[in-house]
Amino acid sequence: MLTLLGIAVVIAGFVLRFNPLLVIAAAALTTGLAADMGPVEVISVFGKAFNDNRYVSAVWLVVAAIGLLEREGLQERARVLAGRIAQATTGRLLFAYFVIRQATSALGLTSLGGHAQMVRPLIAPMAEAAAEKTLGDISDDTRHTVRAHAAAVDNIALFFGEDIFIAISSILLMKGFLEQNGIFVEPLHLSLWAIPTAIAALIVHGWRMLRLDARLAQAERAA
Amino acid sequence: MITLDMVYWLAGAFFAAIAIINARDGENPKRWGNTAFWGLVAVSFLFGSRLGDFGNGLLVLAIALVGGLGFLGQGKPKTTDAATRVASAARRGDLLFLPALVIPAVALFGGIVLKDATIAGHPIFQPKQATLISLAIGAVLATLLALSLFRPPLHAPLTEGRRLMDTVGWAALLPQMLASLGAVFAATGVGAVIGDLASTVIPEGSRIAAVIAYCGGMALFTVLMGNAFAAFPVMTAAIGLPLIVNHFGGNPAIMAAIGMLSGFCGTLMTPMAANFNLVPAALLQLPDRDAVIKAQIPTALPLLVVNTALMYFLVFRF
Repeated sequence: MLTLLGIAVVIAGFVLRFNPLLVIAAAALTTGLAADMGPVEVISVFGKAFNDNRYVSAVWLVVAAIGLLEREGLQERARVLAGRIAQATTGRLLFAYFVIRQATSALGLTSLGGHAQMVRPLIAPMAEAAAEKTLGDISDDTRHTVRAHAAAVDNIALFFGEDIFIAISSILLMKGFLEQNGIFVEPLHLSLWAIPTAIAALIVHGWRMLRLDARLAQAERAA
Repeated sequence: MITLDMVYWLAGAFFAAIAIINARDGENPKRWGNTAFWGLVAVSFLFGSRLGDFGNGLLVLAIALVGGLGFLGQGKPKTTDAATRVASAARRGDLLFLPALVIPAVALFGGIVLKDATIAGHPIFQPKQATLISLAIGAVLATLLALSLFRPPLHAPLTEGRRLMDTVGWAALLPQMLASLGAVFAATGVGAVIGDLASTVIPEGSRIAAVIAYCGGMALFTVLMGNAFAAFPVMTAAIGLPLIVNHFGGNPAIMAAIGMLSGFCGTLMTPMAANFNLVPAALLQLPDRDAVIKAQIPTALPLLVVNTALMYFLVFRF
């Protein structure tokens, strides 16, 4: 049971908002020491694992190309494309953003969205404007609900899109973990089996978004 | 033959360049912290195979200390301003997406078509590493294409790459660190202990109970730890591998893929995942800190059920 101390360290560290790198290092050392390893042995086990898992961080090579494209206006172009669907209601707009965000994440372009880059400057204001257009003056509660949904769409589309791309870090983490346990899988197989859930996410959340307009109207009438 | 080591050398050179650019950036009061951090990462990629396990252990502890104790800062990377970008976006149009699409296209082509291809009897790629190597090649080709299409200064891939890496900061190393923690958990039998605990509640011989325990455990552990990456090694060593794969003969790729996605359902429901749930609430000036989580739960819970069902119907079939 003492070996579970490391997990306690992870939970305590994250709850107390310590830096995750430090939390993980502390948890690794705690776990090894609790399992009766010597300090040198623990550090060696951790070091070997870190070295064996370098490919997880090798994917950062792609930022050279992405940064270059951002320099030339990639995000601005994405905004123009998103702006073309401004003729819609809140629900339809968020549904369209969901589809775009999920599809680009599946192609590995996860940096095309995000709360600071896309949701706050673009998606949330557009969704609010659409709500005002259909419902007139909206209450603060409705405004906040619309904004929260704009953020939620970004998260859900990202989470259930990115794993379709073969070189996203979660796929590589899975591959690395299975490999340490003597099981070799191609990243492609892992990403292939992310597709059914991605479709389910599109259906479930898409349905909720298309019903959102009616729900907002109902909330406004009740207010 | 193109090997994974070559990719590591390329990545090592890239991280070394980021360290050097940071060292020369007088605008960043913490520039030596950034230089040390990316320099240590570069050392890992360039020389990791020769440092020995203990040397690598000291290296990773140093990376954690430099990254975790607030030694990283942000400089003022020289890049284009907002107006230039808007004008450039209008001029270049959808051509901007082309290099970005080259990366997944090359990665897929190399990973599927050229995977086992040979030239004069020699394999092109190191066995089992085709996808990763292809991705690196895709990144290089995309960079070259962007350079030739848009004619930015030749140092732009490095300075722009450095700008992005410094924005990500220490979090860039988080997945690799969590994977390493998973290995320590595996070496010390943490998963086995949790597996023993789980086996006291999972009825003997019940496939569906094992699947529910694994998918539900991934979500629950992610809620507690705030990160599906941290939950994955623990729950998979505890239930996924011993029960679903080894005992019942399930497919490991399906087990892992859908297990991770079950964890993501947990990420949607926890304030511990601050980046995704609390930061946007603050960015959007929402009075309720948990407003984003509340908007996500009605999707996260049905998806967890769907994941559990998908796992049950797929993992034993393929």
